[in-house]
Amino acid sequence: MADRNAFRMRRLRGRDPLGLRRALAGWLLPALVAAMALLAAMALTGAQGAGSLAARWEQAAAGQILVQLPPEGLGPALDRLSALPGVASATPVPDARLREFLRPWLGEVPGLPLPAMVEMRISDPSAETAIRAAAADIPGALVEERGEAVTQALRVANGVRGLAWVILAIIVLVATALVAVATRAGIAARSQTITILHELGARDSDIAGRFARRLGWLCTLGALGGLAIALPALWLLADAAIPVAMARPAALADLPWWGLASLPLVAGTIGWITARLTVGAWLRRLP
Amino acid sequence: MVRFTNIGLRYPEGRGQWALSGLDFLLETGSFTWLLGPSGAGKSSVLGLMHLAVRPTAGRMEVLGQDVARMRRGALPGLRRRIGVVFQDYRLLPHLNAYENVALPLRIQGLTEQRLRADVTEMLRWVGLLERADAAPASLSGGEQQRLALARAVVARPALLVADEPTGNLDGAQARRVIALLREMHRLGTTVVVATHSEALPEEYPAPALRLEAGRLLSHG
Ligand SMILES: Nc1ncnc2c1ncn2[C@@H]1O[C@H](COP(=O)(O)OP(=O)(O)OP(=O)(O)O)[C@@H](O)[C@H]1O
Ligand SMILES: [Mg+2]
Repeated sequence: MADRNAFRMRRLRGRDPLGLRRALAGWLLPALVAAMALLAAMALTGAQGAGSLAARWEQAAAGQILVQLPPEGLGPALDRLSALPGVASATPVPDARLREFLRPWLGEVPGLPLPAMVEMRISDPSAETAIRAAAADIPGALVEERGEAVTQALRVANGVRGLAWVILAIIVLVATALVAVATRAGIAARSQTITILHELGARDSDIAGRFARRLGWLCTLGALGGLAIALPALWLLADAAIPVAMARPAALADLPWWGLASLPLVAGTIGWITARLTVGAWLRRLP
Repeated sequence: MVRFTNIGLRYPEGRGQWALSGLDFLLETGSFTWLLGPSGAGKSSVLGLMHLAVRPTAGRMEVLGQDVARMRRGALPGLRRRIGVVFQDYRLLPHLNAYENVALPLRIQGLTEQRLRADVTEMLRWVGLLERADAAPASLSGGEQQRLALARAVVARPALLVADEPTGNLDGAQARRVIALLREMHRLGTTVVVATHSEALPEEYPAPALRLEAGRLLSHG
């Protein structure tokens, strides 16, 4: 039994002649990668959230134009609006709906003359500007501007999305630098051993590959840990924010699953490539 | 076979000093050669050139029939694997046990545990360390470490074996044992080069000698 244990130990150590499990041990690197994966998960979710919020606002604002017309001459004006290319329909908003809509502000005023409101549905969004211009040409017509608030909100949403991508890019850079530093520390701790392996005929790719596998694995582990913390937190956040922002309950599809699932893979790849290049560059100084 | 033609060596950290200069010699395949000279003469430097740990600053060098200066860097590991080295300071890996230290050259060649076990075991038995297979190098005596380094150097059955002061820290009996092992490798057809500053050893075991002094070759024969 003791014999078999010794044999197992030997085999395990044989697979790690550089002693990297000791030289590149500890939880510092995985913990830092976990923190970065957590940030990346939040940025990804923020980007997707801002994106779907923007899409929702855009959709609500696009596709319809409200035109206020003087009550006289409503019939010919309606005909003219319906005939514009790209317009699916032009229908007067029923008086009752208008009064219902205005009641909070004006109260019950039966005698008040109301302008005619026409709601146009657009089938071709690219024609919207032309349609607005044509509608404004009708004498006495007032075309309601797309809400300034919607435009501002869209700008904010797109800004948030852009910021999220910038944050992701920074995270990738910091992670790369972090792996490079950790790799250099590993090289410093094992420079004697690396030189001996080199002199015994190990190829650069053998040595660099061992570092790459070790650091790729540590980064993958860290990212998995970060995700394990991020997922419940993000779900709680979505569950609280989505009903407010989107007027519907949160769904699983509200989290950016593909992006989140790729985080360990991306982290592992960053670790692998960075370590490979760092060690490769160091080894090229040897004869 | 090892051929040096007008070889010169200057270390980058050597402040322009030539550690070796104008070296010309040929070591035939299967020969046994002493490399003699006082401390600082350049013995380790010559061996470093032979096992491709340093590259010459000047001259032409052939090792095992290959013109080293003309080789691509990527082809050097393949040649290094055919050369066994006993370092002056052993260079055993402290975090590996005796067995793993001997197995290292075979693992570098990509051999599996199954395929290398018999050879490693045989080498450990050959140098009398089979019982210490699981020992850490630091727990071995100087003589045992020296023999372990020798086992590592020969386990891959190299065509060229270079040993740097392999008896340096050993008493007479231990030294004789190590020299006997080296001569046995020579008998099996390996080209062997042994550096030593001892004058007694070459007298005890006569063989052709390269005599160095201040980086120059005094005599060969
Ligand atoms: N890495 C190095 N950098 C700079 N100079 C070196 C280096 N190694 C050796 N030298 C110099 O080269 C010369 C030859 O050294 P070398 O180690 O080859 O001698 P040696 O004959 O092996 O000596 P010893 O018997 O003490 O081992 C010495 O002057 C030494 O200072
Ligand atoms: Mg020396």
